[in-house]
Order: sequence, then C-alpha cells, then structure tokens
Amino acid sequence: MSENNSISVQLNKINDNTWEVPQGYRPGMRVPGRLFLSFPLLEMLEQGTLDQVANVATLPGIQKYSMAMPDAHLGYGFPIGGVAAFDREEGVISPGGVGFDINCGVRLIRSNLLESDVRPYIKDILEKLFHAIPSGVGSKSRLRVNDDQLDDIFINGSNWAVENGYGIPEDIEKCESQGMMEGALVKQVSTKARQRGRPQLGTLGSGNHFLEIQYVAEVYDRKAADAFGLYEGQVTCMIHCGSRGAGHQICTDHLRNLTQAAQKYNIYLPDKQLACAPTDSSEAQNYFGAMVCAANYAWVNRQIIMHWARGVFQDFFKQDIDELGMNLVYDVAHNVAKLEEHRIENKKKEIYVHRKGATRAFPPMHPDIPQAYRKVGQPVLIPGSMGTASYVLHGTYDSMDISFGSACHGAGRVMSRAHAKHEFRGEQIQRELSEKGISVRATQPALIAEEAPEVYKSSSDVVDVVHNLGIARKVARLMPIGVVKG
Amino acid sequence: MPADMKKYEYLNHTADAKFLAYGKTLEEAFENAALAMFNVMINTNTISPIKSVNIELSAQDLDTLLFDWLSEFLFLMDAENLIFGEFKVHKIKQEEGQFQLNATVYGEKIDHSKHMFDTEVKAATYNDIQVKQLADMWVIQATVDI
Repeated sequence: MSENNSISVQLNKINDNTWEVPQGYRPGMRVPGRLFLSFPLLEMLEQGTLDQVANVATLPGIQKYSMAMPDAHLGYGFPIGGVAAFDREEGVISPGGVGFDINCGVRLIRSNLLESDVRPYIKDILEKLFHAIPSGVGSKSRLRVNDDQLDDIFINGSNWAVENGYGIPEDIEKCESQGMMEGALVKQVSTKARQRGRPQLGTLGSGNHFLEIQYVAEVYDRKAADAFGLYEGQVTCMIHCGSRGAGHQICTDHLRNLTQAAQKYNIYLPDKQLACAPTDSSEAQNYFGAMVCAANYAWVNRQIIMHWARGVFQDFFKQDIDELGMNLVYDVAHNVAKLEEHRIENKKKEIYVHRKGATRAFPPMHPDIPQAYRKVGQPVLIPGSMGTASYVLHGTYDSMDISFGSACHGAGRVMSRAHAKHEFRGEQIQRELSEKGISVRATQPALIAEEAPEVYKSSSDVVDVVHNLGIARKVARLMPIGVVKG
Repeated sequence: MPADMKKYEYLNHTADAKFLAYGKTLEEAFENAALAMFNVMINTNTISPIKSVNIELSAQDLDTLLFDWLSEFLFLMDAENLIFGEFKVHKIKQEEGQFQLNATVYGEKIDHSKHMFDTEVKAATYNDIQVKQLADMWVIQATVDI
C-alpha cells in the first residue's frame, strides 16, 4: 500500500476522476500527463505505468496532455489505455502509440432473440461457433486469399468483404470509418506481413480475443438504447479481435525502421519502443500507410467472423438474418492512429490522435458517425473480461474537450499472465463460470487460466469513471451467456 | 558463469512477458533469449528437434539484432507453422558496421494433439531492451507482447 500511496503524492488532483502528472515529473516532458482514474483505481496503478505516461509526454509536438484512461496498465513504450495527439506539422507518428495488434477492436451485433431462446441451447451453439470460427494459437482460416485479393483488402477494407458476400451494405455504414481508412500504401507491406496475413483472415487469434454471446441485462438510457436497437433481455453477440499476424508484422517492420529514423531526426527517446519520426517524413508516412492496410485487414477479419457467426445462428434457429435481426450495432477500433480535426485553444487543428487501448468516442452530430446515431452520439463498446459485464456507452461533447474524443477500451489487467497461470487452473475457472451460467469453449484449458476474471480490474469500476467524468455515458450493460475464447 | 546458473529468468510484467537471458558468450545469451521467449508460449521440452532451419540476420546494432532474432521466430510460426526448442547460434560478428548472426534452430510443425500452448507471443518489442556484456557473461533483457 505504501508504494501506491506514493503514487498519489506525486500527482496533482484536478477532480475526483482526474489526476495530473506534473511536467517536472521527469526531464524533457513537453506537456503534463493526465490520468483519468478514481482514487481506488489510482491505488492499483503501477509506478511503471506512470513513468510510461511521462515518457510519452516528451515526444515532439504532443498536444495538451499525455493521457491514460481508467483501464490503463503497464504496456511496452506507451501505456495500454494511452491517448496522445500530435500536431500535424510539428508532431510525430509512432507505431508504439498504436501497438502491434493494429485495429484490435470490438463489434457488437444485436438480434431479435431473447435470452430464454438461447440459454437452453448455449453449449450446442458455442460448439458450432467454435467449429465455424478458427481460434487459438496457430489457427488457420478455411479461407485463403491471394496477393491481389490482399491488396484489395488492404485498400478497401470492409467493402471487399461485402462485395465478396461476407455481409450486407448496412454493415459498412455501422462501422467506425465505414470499415475502411483512406491512404493505404500496399507497397509498404512486406512479403513477410503478407505471408502471415494470408492464412489468418477470418480467425479470432488468442490472448484476450473472444466471441461472446450475451444478453442485455440493464438499459440505463432508453433513448440511446432505442437508437442502437437494444432492449432488456435481448441477445447480442460481441466479437473482439484484430489484424492478426499481418498487423503484428507491419508494426514490427516499421518499428525497426523508425528506431533508426528517430536517430536520423535527432529525436530523444526515453525508451526505444517510443520510436517515431516527424509526421511528414517518408518513414512516418510509410508506416501510416502500412498501418492503414492493417486496420482495413482487421475490419475485414471481424466482418468475416460476424458473417460466419450469423451463419451458425441461421442454421441453428432455421431463420434468416432478417428474421433474426442480426444487425451490426457498431464496430470500434481500439488500437489505431488517425488524423482528426479537434478544437485546441479555440482553434480548429488537425492532429494525429494515437489510441492504444482506447476507444474513439465521438459526440452527437459529429459527421464521422452513422446518420442513425447522430442524435445520441457514437456507440462506445467496452468489453468486460471473460465472464464479466460488457458495456455500451454513447459519445459526448465533453470527450472532445477532455480526451480528444476518446474513452477506455476494456477492464484493464492487474495480474500478470505468469501469475494467473500459477494461481488458477483453466478447468476450475471453467467450472466456476459455468455455475454462474456462463459457458466457455477454448482450444486448451490453460488458455482460460491466463484470462481468469480475477486478473482484470472490474469493468464496472472502469466504466463508472468514464460515465462520471462524462467522456462517454452508459447506455446498457451486457452479461455473457457463452464465450468462445481465442 | 557457474555451470548451474540459470539460462533465463522471467521478470514481473502485468500484461506482457519480460525476461533476462544469460550466456557465457553473446551467442549463448541469444540462444537462451529464444528459449525464454518460446517457454512463454509452450513447454519447449514438448517440441521435437526434427526439422532444422538456418537463420541469417544482419542489423546495425545489437538491440535490433535481438529484435530481429526474436521476430523471426514469430514470423516462422505464423507463416510456416513451425515452433522451435533448440537453438544454435554459430557466430555473431561485426563487419562494416553491421552485426551479423548465423544460426541453426531445431523444431517441428505445430501439432495440436501434443503441443499445449499457454499463450501466444504477438511480437518482440524494443521496450527496455538491453544486450550487455558484464565481466564474465552476457545479459539480455527483453519484453515480448502477448
């Protein structure tokens, strides 16, 4: 406890959920840090995470604050749960500010089914989903794409998926960036990244990735829930995964280039993983163009997984997807950098917003959110850890002032994987969850242990900070019925 | 270095895996770093050395050579389905400002009936990366993303 108490004395309290890391915390900080945490969550913060927030504040062109969301924890280079924005002209772009799993994200699908329609058959449904959607370490897709198709996927994202029969046009409208970021540079994607990407399109992967069948346990905001098509008792399906090996390799390749570019441009790095280059340099732009390719690949990946999940429900309930009402509510990225327009000191400004383990949370009337949601704001999807609640929130005007239109991305880890493996046994976790009415299907039990609910902060505590701070507001709480664990 | 000295040890990290790897020589430290990374994912005793792959790498500094070395295995795992449990680094030499590594590594294709994974490493990182020579040994520090 004494170590944690020493955290708060190093900070300036701004309000109950905002703590400032003073610019004098470490040499070279260009702006202060801001931690969005309640006092209990602050007490759980590690000193290393604070150091990482301060390190990011030393990078050229950083705007306002180096920020950490309520789910922040120790990462590599940037903290997980970090948000940092850099001036378009004088700033930098950093692969470490996005992470290896480029456009790791979450999508939520609604349905016309009720919890009582699904719960009696959940084991069968999970088994069918588990076989339809490859998951786990070393899993390969039943889909094989060639190099021309990969280029098309890198450039056109979800459009490729829908044109090739993996979904309907409405899916694209309901996706962040319409499932396609502009500016893909396919020549900046290495042969190695292509080799890793080719067999993995349509796979969940492993780690904290999952496909979950849930039900709406509580609605907090009826107007927003109506707009999103959500109501109590209804079954939803959530998919959490990213760009797989293609994204990991793209980040690896360009990170290597940028460690050298940082030397070339005389940028001091407190940690090499913060490697970056001036926004307009060829090194930074080449990374950005390759990152866009990975982001578009990730949207296709989630689109294909959704398509196969719809197929399982269609076959099982002998109804088509219109009857089942399995429409996409929304899809958010939580590891990505974007060029966005924000108001800073009363001036409109273009900035590269890096969100690493943070979700975009745009307000009502923003042009970048679907027409159907303009009155209530962007849906913000916050997955819980395995076996715990997930939340749907909506974006607010305040988030534009406080956090560059960003909110948290999940529950946030508090226990290391090695410790979890030592502490928990997969079979036991599986049994305990089953007693709570939650079925889990995974390739191997050990994979369940590392993601035991106890290794995470409570998603409810994290979401309450976001809600109370006003950077997004609660709409509904979703509880799991069954999980296919990656 | 005493004969009973550890090949590697894990450090505490909340989300990822961080380790120290040791060696009497730089080559041995690189071998043990690979072993440490694979053992994050799987007990390497379950991997039979039935297939060998030669690896040649070149980088401008030792940190990057280590980053490339660890990254190469993750590429081979995704692209070729290969995992490794034995590592022989023949030589790391410095020539014309470049560090060059030449190695042979031994392993096999992933077989889910016998290979039980604890987790998957997504990538090597430059976070707190160190390759340093002490009086009588080399020490490597690395963090891998899970």
